[in-house]
Amino acid sequence: MAGGLSFTAVESTKLATAEIYGKTLSALGDENPNVVALTADLAGSTKIGDFKEKHPDRFFNVGIAEQNMYGVAAGMAKCGLIPFASSFSVFASLRALDQVHTDICYQNVNVKIIGTHGGTSFGQAGSTHHAIEDFAVVRGLVNMTLICPADGIETALAVRAAANTPGPFYIRINRGFDNTVYSTSDYGFQVGKAVTMNEGNDVTIIACGSCVYQSMQAAKILENDYNISARVLNMHTIKPLDKEAVLKAVDETRRVVTAEDHTIIGGLGSAVAETIVESGKGCAFKRLGIPDKFSAIGLHEDLLAMHEIDAAGIVKNVLELMKADFEAEAVKKGLDITKLNFGTAEDWTDEV
Amino acid sequence: MPLTKKEWVELENKAADLRDLCLQTVIWAGSGHVGGSMSSADILTLLYYKHANFDPKKPEDPDRDRIVVSKGHIGVILAPLFAQLGLVEHEQLKTFNLTGSKLGIHLDCNKVRGLDSSTGSLGHGSALALGMALAARVKGQKYKTFLILGDGECDEGSVWEAAMATAHFKATDLITIVDRNHCMIDGNTEDVMRLEPFEDKWKAFGFETIVVDGHNMNQLSDAIEKAKKAKDKPVCIIADTVKGCGISFAAGNYKWHYGAFDAAKEQTAREDLKKYRAERIARAEKEGI
Repeated sequence: MAGGLSFTAVESTKLATAEIYGKTLSALGDENPNVVALTADLAGSTKIGDFKEKHPDRFFNVGIAEQNMYGVAAGMAKCGLIPFASSFSVFASLRALDQVHTDICYQNVNVKIIGTHGGTSFGQAGSTHHAIEDFAVVRGLVNMTLICPADGIETALAVRAAANTPGPFYIRINRGFDNTVYSTSDYGFQVGKAVTMNEGNDVTIIACGSCVYQSMQAAKILENDYNISARVLNMHTIKPLDKEAVLKAVDETRRVVTAEDHTIIGGLGSAVAETIVESGKGCAFKRLGIPDKFSAIGLHEDLLAMHEIDAAGIVKNVLELMKADFEAEAVKKGLDITKLNFGTAEDWTDEV
Repeated sequence: MPLTKKEWVELENKAADLRDLCLQTVIWAGSGHVGGSMSSADILTLLYYKHANFDPKKPEDPDRDRIVVSKGHIGVILAPLFAQLGLVEHEQLKTFNLTGSKLGIHLDCNKVRGLDSSTGSLGHGSALALGMALAARVKGQKYKTFLILGDGECDEGSVWEAAMATAHFKATDLITIVDRNHCMIDGNTEDVMRLEPFEDKWKAFGFETIVVDGHNMNQLSDAIEKAKKAKDKPVCIIADTVKGCGISFAAGNYKWHYGAFDAAKEQTAREDLKKYRAERIARAEKEGI
């Protein structure tokens, strides 16, 4: 990896994802004098203390004032700096949205927003601190690139890619530790390119963030217990979406499930659905995520289970989807679609 | 240092030309934010033609002073100003507000060369300007950043978040000028949402304040000069202005935040501005040294 800083699987199990972000940021600060770090009284929580120690003159704590932070970051970027402004995802995407929209996206400046405590990863804090709408909001912002890395290793790569790519970025990471899905940094991370984590031809699970690990576990169960071959795509970049990978999955597996630690409205599932519908291709499809309600309070892993975006929940939903038939298949088979009850077909074993 | 008589008269002529071209642009556009544009005319003239290190031939010079117009709704005077400076073609002013034009009510810095920021959502300029000022510090540059705030937008909490941070970071290279025209869309500032004691608020946030007549070119120039020398505390200049100044029926009337001119009003406005120019120049001739 260019620039020297890479993380191994061992390190990434010892470090919280935000700590890896903090170390990466600090290394970027060593390499590039234009990198600056901003926080709104969350330097500790967002783990950017390293940067503060090494580059105190390029570290700015604006106090509990997110609107100000993103405005200041935009002004700095207008003058050639590369500000990394971290906050909890819920505040980065909602509290300061007007500044993100107008000062950062409209002016199209080089500000990198790092949203920590993404999804329900700060589950016990309750809905004031859950970020379950950030994809929907941020995905709608013009000029914005939206990334939700799967683990610490991918976070380091995403942060580095953001620093090297002009324009606004929003990178959502979790609080605490993430299950490691990569053993090396050397898997060819590219913004906007999905990573195939598991090959499969019966169904594709498209996931991001925490749900990538869960989907990989689900794929193992599906393979071992049900003889279902599930492809797993790590769609770390939600915008711009890797449409090619989505449509390839539709062509080759004809069943697609999305999994995200986010409301099912407007996030990864919606982005994938839009792509599929606009392609005209037929496909059985299901979005997994948080239904249209505020999440319960609880441990992250419990909430993932509650929302059926843990391995067991994904398995359950994939099995249900395997039973579903869909119109294009029926037409191809020459069946009278007016007499079919879509969603109840049992026979999926002959497909692909 | 007071303005010399010659310079004062020159600046008065520039400001008067700008007011005329602003009125003309409002007429071409059919309507516009005439009130707050007129109240800012003298501040803009002093910054762009005297105090800011800004060369319209090198609008991207990294060492230029930055000017953030937080009251972004005054595009209808900024566009004429940038036309005066040669950064917008005069002919383009005729397209102001028209479909497909580069120039709309709130200007886009990615479409107008030399404009340092896109503003329009109020209360944003302060943080942008602070970011620019802090960037100079990080990069070891000497430029100043000027911030023009509307008084009504000081209702926004984000203005005070940035004010607190400006004083905290001792960003003395950031000079705040409030166009205190006492009006906002729904009424007078003190009726809609009381700002007074306004100067005390800035003082309490850690600023040195200078209150001046925002239409006295000499006083205002002097205040900006003083502010540029600030070392301990950032300076906020509260420029006491008149919304719609120079146009008899609009002056001081909040209803002229945004307006349109029929033929009779246009005629009156043109005559008023002519008279106002003469008065202002007479004053410069009389008081200038």
